[in-house]
Amino acid sequence: MTGLGAWLCAIDHKRVGILYMLSALLFFLAGGMEAMVMRAQLAAPNLKLIAPETYNQMFTMHGTTMIFLVAMPVLTGFGVYLIPLMIGANEMALPRLCALSFWLQLMGGVLLYFSFATGAAPDAGWFSYAPLSEKAFSPGAGLDYWALALLMIAGGSVGSAINLIVTIATERAPGMSMRLVPLFVWMTLVTSVMIVFALPALAASLVMLLSDRLLHARFFDAAQGGAPLLWQHYFWIFGHPEVYIVVLPAFGMISEIIPVFSRKPIFGYPFMATSTVAIAFLSYGVWVHHMFAVALGRNFLAVFAAASMLIAVPTGMKIFSWVATMWGGAIRFTTAMLFAVAFLLEFTVGGLSGVAFATVPVDWQMTDTYFVVAHIHYVLFGGTVFALLAGVHYWFPKMSGRMLDEKLGRWSFWLIVLGFNTAFFVQHFLGLLGMTRRVYTYPDLPWFGALNLISTIGAAILVFGILLFCANVAMSLFFGAVAGDDPWNAWTLEWAAASPPLLQNFAEIPEVRSRRPLWDRKHPEAPDWGVA
Amino acid sequence: MSAVFSLVLAIAAVIFLVVAAGVIYSAVRYRSRGVAIAEPRQIFGSRNLEILWTVVPLLIVTGLFIVTVRAMVVIDAPQETGRPSDLVITGHQWWWEARYPNGVVVPWDIHIPTSRRLRVRIESADVIHDFWVPELARKMDAVPGRWSYIWLEADAPGTYAGTCSEFCGAEHAWMRFRVIAEPEPGFEAWLKRQAQPALEPQGIAAEGARLFQTKKCADCHAVAGTGPSSGKGPSLAHLASREFLGSGISRNTPQSLALWLTNPQAAKPGNRMPDTPLSADETRALLAYLESLP
Repeated sequence: MTGLGAWLCAIDHKRVGILYMLSALLFFLAGGMEAMVMRAQLAAPNLKLIAPETYNQMFTMHGTTMIFLVAMPVLTGFGVYLIPLMIGANEMALPRLCALSFWLQLMGGVLLYFSFATGAAPDAGWFSYAPLSEKAFSPGAGLDYWALALLMIAGGSVGSAINLIVTIATERAPGMSMRLVPLFVWMTLVTSVMIVFALPALAASLVMLLSDRLLHARFFDAAQGGAPLLWQHYFWIFGHPEVYIVVLPAFGMISEIIPVFSRKPIFGYPFMATSTVAIAFLSYGVWVHHMFAVALGRNFLAVFAAASMLIAVPTGMKIFSWVATMWGGAIRFTTAMLFAVAFLLEFTVGGLSGVAFATVPVDWQMTDTYFVVAHIHYVLFGGTVFALLAGVHYWFPKMSGRMLDEKLGRWSFWLIVLGFNTAFFVQHFLGLLGMTRRVYTYPDLPWFGALNLISTIGAAILVFGILLFCANVAMSLFFGAVAGDDPWNAWTLEWAAASPPLLQNFAEIPEVRSRRPLWDRKHPEAPDWGVA
Repeated sequence: MSAVFSLVLAIAAVIFLVVAAGVIYSAVRYRSRGVAIAEPRQIFGSRNLEILWTVVPLLIVTGLFIVTVRAMVVIDAPQETGRPSDLVITGHQWWWEARYPNGVVVPWDIHIPTSRRLRVRIESADVIHDFWVPELARKMDAVPGRWSYIWLEADAPGTYAGTCSEFCGAEHAWMRFRVIAEPEPGFEAWLKRQAQPALEPQGIAAEGARLFQTKKCADCHAVAGTGPSSGKGPSLAHLASREFLGSGISRNTPQSLALWLTNPQAAKPGNRMPDTPLSADETRALLAYLESLP
């Protein structure tokens, strides 16, 4: 098969991986447009550009889209594309499951967006707290679309996660023990295990919500003996691991990119892998920090505060290891490396503002304000999206066989850095001044108008930078310089395959003796397995 | 809270500066220009450094945890469970209601005496809301089916802004309120005024009072200062003395009050008040009645 049919029927991991990334890009643009509608409405106090209900649909769809239709699929896409190449395999362990997972995910997204066509887009926020999400308070069909779409997406996510786990467990090249796999593989493995354990909690809560809405059950109806807080516990048992699900693979990308452009191996590989596992365990014991404003009892809250603070330790270890990897290297500031370095600084800001929320008395003031909005965007945009942009610039030559334009890349980098930080840094101050999140407008209080206007201007610059990046990808696909197999002088196995890789990735499965098989090949006089 | 926040901010600033200094120093000092000839020395890690940056953060968060628990004890002091509430505050879509022990019920503007620690019960009539007066108390979720308690205390007289802090539907943005703190005598006088019944309406206002019943306004809105409220709409007792309408969305002027009567959705889009067809005369009579509520 050729042309479109070849893509629609694809089961090859590289094609499915690219499908994942393309669908995520499409939804990223949709979610970005929703964000711009919100920023326009908030540009000045008491604006009436859109109705309150429309605004509520915008932030609900923006959050749901960015988490479930952008972050998760694009990271899965990178995993599906890169993992077999990195471990010296020719295919995923379960290729048909791979395709099924993608289509489930995509159709979930289509179902979610179809709700716009019916005039009833969901509007209860991306965590849709009960009882606001119940039929009594949200009578339209929007929440039904939302819950059904997320059920499909959850199914797809678990499918791809199982596939990645099996692939990493069974398809590694001869000699590649788990102590020798690239860190991106480690972090994708941990993420996949987390998906398998976290998404069922989401699915269970969605089934309860749908039962309440469609079958007159009473899981969340206090008047009938149900418990509204049950939703919050279920949702955040999924929801906090979810944060790490969309951050850890990004950590993995950074752990591949910084070493190659610093010309040094990752600093402290065993600590990097172990701290990832520690984060995964701890992430299941911190969900109540999303509920500190509920009266749950002081000792109960203290336990979750302790766990939430502890999780800063393995996260901090990673940041220090990345800095130590750069230290003493020979750093090449390609666009990919620029994004990786910006990631380091911005993610540190996001991580540190997270510690503020683990500090319960601070949380009792700052939760549900714009300080949260700033925090999550420093983690998920300044962190995950910057890592993804670094990843695209790094692996695009492998996937397409062509180089991205460096000059355009630098322009887009500086615009995105400027736009992102302008849009979101001021939101810390808005939160401290008392602006609550999820408000369609605000009174003309001191500084509110000015800071919101700055944020909106930043968002516009950010959009411009992202569009420039998209233009770079589209143009380079056709006119970019030919990349060759190993344009960055890198060390992991994907760079031993052709660019783009043939259907059969490796004509002969390479034997692996260290974490950097291509370093060993290029430096027979000083191979890694002689040192580490 | 502000002392704890300053501490967190200081710690965060120091850590950020350490990371940023490391990144910037590496970027400047170890930048490779042009074609790199030799690879730098390959360093795989350092057990001592790794232990250092595990143990130091561990000590920092341990200290922070102790500070956190201490502050929690101060802010959220144990409740004397036997003691009756000084004030019951209920969140509605999209307005707040305060109920005093003597039966007075008021929406929006919550009056309290200064220098007294009030035990406040927070409830919800519909979805989850969150009661937040940043200058006076921690925020507390109002969860349907649950009673939650906070301590509310104002040291100085004044007007303190508050708002709902948990997304609760269409008009979450305009679920604002004020806490007005005044010394005990002034507060007591205010409370007494609120408990007084409305005067017998005269002239056109009497016609408005009749319409208030027949047009079913009274199904949702109480006009007496005390007694049970329907829970559906805010009490309109003493409406004429209020500064704002609709949880702060507009000032209490005849024009904005008339808009509530003729087109509630224009007054506050998404609110739960149904349209009631009124002739111009009926609107005038109702307005006269509402403005006669002192």
